[in-house]
Amino acid sequence: MKNIGDPLPRVDGPAKVTGAARYAYEWQVPGMAYAVLVTSNTARGRVLEVDASAATREPGVLAVLTPQNAMRLPGPTQGEPPDRVVQALQDDRVYFSNQPVAVAVADTFERAVHAALMVRIRSEPARHTVRLEDELANAVPHDLIAGGRSIPADEARGDVARGLREADARVEQTYETPPETHNPMEPHATVAVWEAPDRLTVYDSTQWVFAVQRKLARAFAMPKENVHVIAKFVGGAFGSKGSPWSHVLLTAMAAKQVGRPVKLALMRPHMFGMVGGRPHTRQKLALGARKDGRLTALSHQSASATSRFDVFVEGCALQARHLYACPNIESKHRIVRLDIGTPTFMRAPGEASGSFALESALDELAVALDLDPLELRLKNHAEKDPIEDRPFSSKSLRACYAEGARRFGWEKRSARPRAQTREGMLVGMGMATAAYPGNFAPAQALARMNADGTALVQSGMLEVGNGAYTVMRQVAADALGLPVEKVRFDLGDSTMPEAPITAGSISTASVGSAVLLVCRALRQRLEQMGASGAASYAEVVQRAGGAPIEERSKAAPGEERKRYTMLGHGAQFAEVLVDPELGMVRVARLVGAFACGRVLNARLARSQLMGGMVWGIGMALHEHSVYDEKLGRIISRDLADYHVASNADVQSIEPILVEEEDTVVDPAGVKGMGEIGTCGAAAAIANAVFNATGRRIRSLPITPDNLL
Amino acid sequence: MRHFSYQRAASVEDAVRAGPGAAFLAGGTSLVDLMKLEVLNPSRLVDVSRLDLRGIEARPDGLRIGACATNSEVAAHPEVKRRFPVLSEALLSGASPQLRNVATVAGNLMQRTRCAYYRDLATACNKREPGSGCAALEGWTRMHAILGGSERCIALHPSDMCVAMAALQAVIHVRGPNGDRDIPFGDFHLLPGDHPEREFALEPGELVLSVFIPFSAAGMRSRYVKVRDRASYAFALASCAAGLEIASGKIRAAQLALGGVGTKPWRVPEAEQALQGQSPERVAFQRAAEIAVRGAQTRRDNAFKMELARRTAVRALTLAAEGA
Repeated sequence: MKNIGDPLPRVDGPAKVTGAARYAYEWQVPGMAYAVLVTSNTARGRVLEVDASAATREPGVLAVLTPQNAMRLPGPTQGEPPDRVVQALQDDRVYFSNQPVAVAVADTFERAVHAALMVRIRSEPARHTVRLEDELANAVPHDLIAGGRSIPADEARGDVARGLREADARVEQTYETPPETHNPMEPHATVAVWEAPDRLTVYDSTQWVFAVQRKLARAFAMPKENVHVIAKFVGGAFGSKGSPWSHVLLTAMAAKQVGRPVKLALMRPHMFGMVGGRPHTRQKLALGARKDGRLTALSHQSASATSRFDVFVEGCALQARHLYACPNIESKHRIVRLDIGTPTFMRAPGEASGSFALESALDELAVALDLDPLELRLKNHAEKDPIEDRPFSSKSLRACYAEGARRFGWEKRSARPRAQTREGMLVGMGMATAAYPGNFAPAQALARMNADGTALVQSGMLEVGNGAYTVMRQVAADALGLPVEKVRFDLGDSTMPEAPITAGSISTASVGSAVLLVCRALRQRLEQMGASGAASYAEVVQRAGGAPIEERSKAAPGEERKRYTMLGHGAQFAEVLVDPELGMVRVARLVGAFACGRVLNARLARSQLMGGMVWGIGMALHEHSVYDEKLGRIISRDLADYHVASNADVQSIEPILVEEEDTVVDPAGVKGMGEIGTCGAAAAIANAVFNATGRRIRSLPITPDNLL
Repeated sequence: MRHFSYQRAASVEDAVRAGPGAAFLAGGTSLVDLMKLEVLNPSRLVDVSRLDLRGIEARPDGLRIGACATNSEVAAHPEVKRRFPVLSEALLSGASPQLRNVATVAGNLMQRTRCAYYRDLATACNKREPGSGCAALEGWTRMHAILGGSERCIALHPSDMCVAMAALQAVIHVRGPNGDRDIPFGDFHLLPGDHPEREFALEPGELVLSVFIPFSAAGMRSRYVKVRDRASYAFALASCAAGLEIASGKIRAAQLALGGVGTKPWRVPEAEQALQGQSPERVAFQRAAEIAVRGAQTRRDNAFKMELARRTAVRALTLAAEGA
């Protein structure tokens, strides 16, 4: 029997499409009250007065929490770093526009909305800056966190200046990516129920129930066991639900203050600022190469925006450390503090924005050298990690290039811009390399064999659209030798064995490994008890008294992480059609070939990659959180103004799975696929736009006005 | 959302009687949205969506379209597609299928601006709150008007349908406390001037009953071109409705209106006249396009609209000349 790799449809698909799947806001508890946030209009300053007198006189209004009357939390509002610093009405400071400054609570949602709109805020504004350019001079180096590890801000090898001097061709350019805002279909939502004065149940839309648990436990100074966090389904997250934000604390505070269960959902405009977003970046690239295309220098310096009160670093220059063979490399990260909400991880954080710059610069270098862009990349294929000087645990990038180019028809590309037209449209083709770390973090799981021969497997990861319920069931069934129907996998509960954050392409590899190990252990134990094959499990359990037989295991990375560099790789190919006069760009085709170790479910892997590639279209052409600099406020605050790709923008998307075996990366042999589909996609599209038009766009998004 | 009363009109007369001081509700795609944001706060709603105002009727000299016909119905109507392809194209280029299925013709006539400042209570807006100022003037103006603005308001008119109707020289039939009257399309939308809060040439209580579009040869040879940031569900950066009547190789009559650039649907009769008698060729189209954007005032983020609007007009005229 084979389970792993089977294109099993999502086991939770019917529940999702029929509405049976319960999302955070849908949990109902008797006596529920409803909370709505009131947010600041100023970008910096102090709240002088919150006038809630009219609001609290309205029928059904239970309370309006303000900086003056909100309960003082006995503990810190930040969990263990890197948990985010949040504002929870503990003082009168305003750090960014759209920061929560009051919470209206009422007996119905409508009354809470009404009350929130009646609250008047008087504040004392201070001078603010939300423009990256204005603070670039004050940029400072900062280490970053990626894949759960701390990584130094700067790394270098060799002498880049010398490498540039020795080069026959050089590209020195600045690239820019705009602030972007995650907009999952389901906005953040929290339901807080105090079961006792020191016991709290929370239903939350989160990527990490354990972080929510720890943050609440610390803030309310309770043992973490007293906080029970449940999240059975999450309606998209993309990094924005990786850290619990202010609304989680505020909901629990509101519930405590009104003495009732409280539910709170962010409204769409609330998404812009208080729950992260991808930071604005400015990236300087310097590449030097010999005539034959071999790189002599690669410098990638990134500056990204963060808030005044917390740090997030977009790891734009990380790929430069591992992707191409070059004797002289430097990679630097700087942060720029602005009066904005703290940015956070957004699908392929760093790699998506960084690959736009790096892979655009390589395309410019190919033009300067009159080399095919794919050939240039092959010339600089890294056989080992260029900075760490160590092997890759596996690398199938050459196969990705070859398979992607073949399926795309790369040989039909004309090197000369504006050389091809179709029905009056300019046709362009571009490509880019994709890479994303094969992350692995400690994960625990339990597996239980029941007396009826069915198995239950648990780990506190999340279903965020990743297919966790399906894939983990497959892994478990495979290890136990059972058909998938006989295995149930459950997740999303802080009382379950601890899992890492469901983000950063970590969780399938990590929890998948834990599930694999625990099911192997369970199988071994059953075999020791006399089982011979899956058909005899029930009998063995019954013979032993009928109580379920349970095993718990932990999977964790070891020394191999120091000996190998672990990356998933891919190659993206884009064909665009550009209206020569009106500047409208259509991505006619996007082909991506990816090698990410073992594929657990080909259907869901393709879905993940396809979603990532569509995200790349949005990044290339649409997404932009527009700040009004004078007001210090994002003004593209709804889905009509904040564009993501619509169905009509997505034409042919073809993800290709390239076979790869990796016996080192983690026990499951998996490199996560949540992000890699986005890596390189925007660059491939921008490079195709250059090929179509001869116009090099170095600042995203590429909109018609850039191409007139 | 503020408290309001809701009344379902039993008849047109009933609606008109209840009209003064109330807001008429049809599809609700604009009104309800803005009420949720508290941008519009009518104390009374009079629901006219169930009145018999949905018919589309061919008359000898034109098409009469009921005020409550939905965008989808109008776009798909065979006579609309045959007589006024530009109108069908404009409607189908707007919003999403879900919205088009409920949005109505009269609602679309009265569609409010998508100016981000108008929709954000945290900012100053003379249209929303007369005398409070205009945050857009010194703000992000990429989606703001370059034609028809004033020092008090540069909010863009967002409708696609209205651009086509402006070009087709539709007439709006209304009924009010003082009886029926017809309003030429060009007079229906007001320029912001000193009073951006006044948007329509409607008297208190007046209800739109229908829109009449006269048949024309140019209307049958008409096209709509819309340039936008994504392929669907996006407002125009620039758009153009163009129709041409061509006889013996010359333009006999032209219809031309721009969208995405004006504080109202921007029809320029001088540009139409400039096309008359000309050969339907690029040079004539460029000249007309030049005239169409005359007087434009651009700002930091919308300077591109000038050139984009010209090119969009040339494209629409070119397609119209190529014919159905």
